[in-house]
Amino acid sequence: MNFYGIRAIYHFEMARTFRTLAESVAAPVLTTSLYFIVFGKAIGSRMGDIDSVSYGAFIIPGLVMLSLLNESISNASFGIYMPKWAGTIYELLSAPVSWIEVLVGYVGAAATKSVMLGLLILGTARFFVPYQIAHPACMIGFLLLTAVTFSLFGFIIGLWADSFQKLQVIPMLVVTPLTFLGGAFYSINMLPPLWQQISLFNPVVYLISGFRWSFYGVADVDVAVSVGMTFGFLIVCLTFVWWVFKSGYKIRR
Amino acid sequence: MTANSTAPIISARGVNKTYAGGFQALKNIDLDIKRGEIFALLGPNGAGKTTLISIICGIVNASAGSIVADGHDIARNYRAARAAIGLVPQELHTDAFESVWATVTFSRGLFGKPPNPAYLEKILRDLSLWDKRGEKILALSGGMKRRVLIAKALSHEPSILFLDEPSAGVDVELRHDMWRMVRALRAQGTTIILTTHYIEEAEDMADRIGVINKGELIVVEDKEVLMRKLGKKQLALTLRQPIAHIPDTLKTWSLALADAGQTLVYSFDTRTEETGIAELLRALGEQGIEFKDLRSSESSLEDIFVSLVHQPKETQA
Repeated sequence: MNFYGIRAIYHFEMARTFRTLAESVAAPVLTTSLYFIVFGKAIGSRMGDIDSVSYGAFIIPGLVMLSLLNESISNASFGIYMPKWAGTIYELLSAPVSWIEVLVGYVGAAATKSVMLGLLILGTARFFVPYQIAHPACMIGFLLLTAVTFSLFGFIIGLWADSFQKLQVIPMLVVTPLTFLGGAFYSINMLPPLWQQISLFNPVVYLISGFRWSFYGVADVDVAVSVGMTFGFLIVCLTFVWWVFKSGYKIRR
Repeated sequence: MTANSTAPIISARGVNKTYAGGFQALKNIDLDIKRGEIFALLGPNGAGKTTLISIICGIVNASAGSIVADGHDIARNYRAARAAIGLVPQELHTDAFESVWATVTFSRGLFGKPPNPAYLEKILRDLSLWDKRGEKILALSGGMKRRVLIAKALSHEPSILFLDEPSAGVDVELRHDMWRMVRALRAQGTTIILTTHYIEEAEDMADRIGVINKGELIVVEDKEVLMRKLGKKQLALTLRQPIAHIPDTLKTWSLALADAGQTLVYSFDTRTEETGIAELLRALGEQGIEFKDLRSSESSLEDIFVSLVHQPKETQA
């Protein structure tokens, strides 16, 4: 195991994060504050409680997940896309590191950054809405699992993309709609039965539902199913990355 | 160093590379690099030099064949093989926003070596980069970026160093610095493989020379031997009256016309004792071809290279 190699990659990625700390932190905090003002205060004040949780508090887990998914994907995809774009990938390919070590370095750093942001958004939410966390350990567990899974997903996007446009297209056309339709702002039980059924094909539903359960003990789907689905997606991503490195697809000609 | 120091440090057998588009970049390359030598790989653009280097370094997968580097198979035992190799790529690929110090520290770690600031300081000082260690790479000139790439390649103390076109776009001073450093590295036992377009550099630096053309390794030879074997002398005669073609009676001589028939060039082998000049001059006199001046020249490695690359394969030595 090349621990120095993993540490070098992780350190390199975290340095990139801290170099752009102001932008990395300011944007998500501002966006989340806007959501709280618009949905939490303005609209939320006219909404009834959902599952006996006030609307302002109800949307917190969803908003954290929204940022977590976006940040994980964009950090990891950008992290591996940049060396490909700048040509510095030659060094990674010629180094005595295995794909697992490369993955741990890049995905670890991307997940670290998005977990930090998730916690920051939770802190920001405190200024707007009172909330409690019923199962803190599970909450952290979901946070970590989701951050790692979607950082992996972002890593795959970064490997696949061969232009900055492609880097944006999956997050914009797939991830954003799925997160908005994943129950961040509503309970899927509020949908007509047909749309409830369709929603069950959306992996984000399970993430948000499970995460919300760790706050308020209420969920759209069984929490065990949520955990299972998240692990399932993690395994799918891992298998895909393993295949990418094994075959050299798009990286080693 | 591995146990057997007389064994080649790099040994390539039957290496082939066909890119996805169907282009065959390398055809059955067999090559041994001796431990501690400076080996120059020459070839025209697109001949396969960079592909071969990229395969040995692990950047490109070979379609067939095997390579052993420093005693380790590059595919089966890639960690040990790659840890022994440092690569300075042809293009100036750098992390623009990183500092010089951060980037060499990164490279050393990536190659699995524990931190050693004193060693990195020495490298940066040797390359005149120490004063720039805190600067972002994007603020450096092209020559300085080249130095950074060399520092990165040396950061993990490799026993094999690849320099792919190291002097492309580099000023004279840096080129001299670099060659001084290459000699110093060789003196410490590092094996150096370089590609270059400046053939006089290879002539000056290399112990052995390999010429690659259209994916085939056409010559691998000691530099001295190559120069002796393929080196030709030429005698150029400036004629008093230009001639349109070489008379049939002189066809047995290796003659060529230049300068619109104004100059007659006679090429002869440096290895033979008899140059044949006296006989040629006599024959010219018999044909009534007069000349007003003559000069002789010896072919440089560059001439040898050009003739190798342009000859059909069968006639090559």
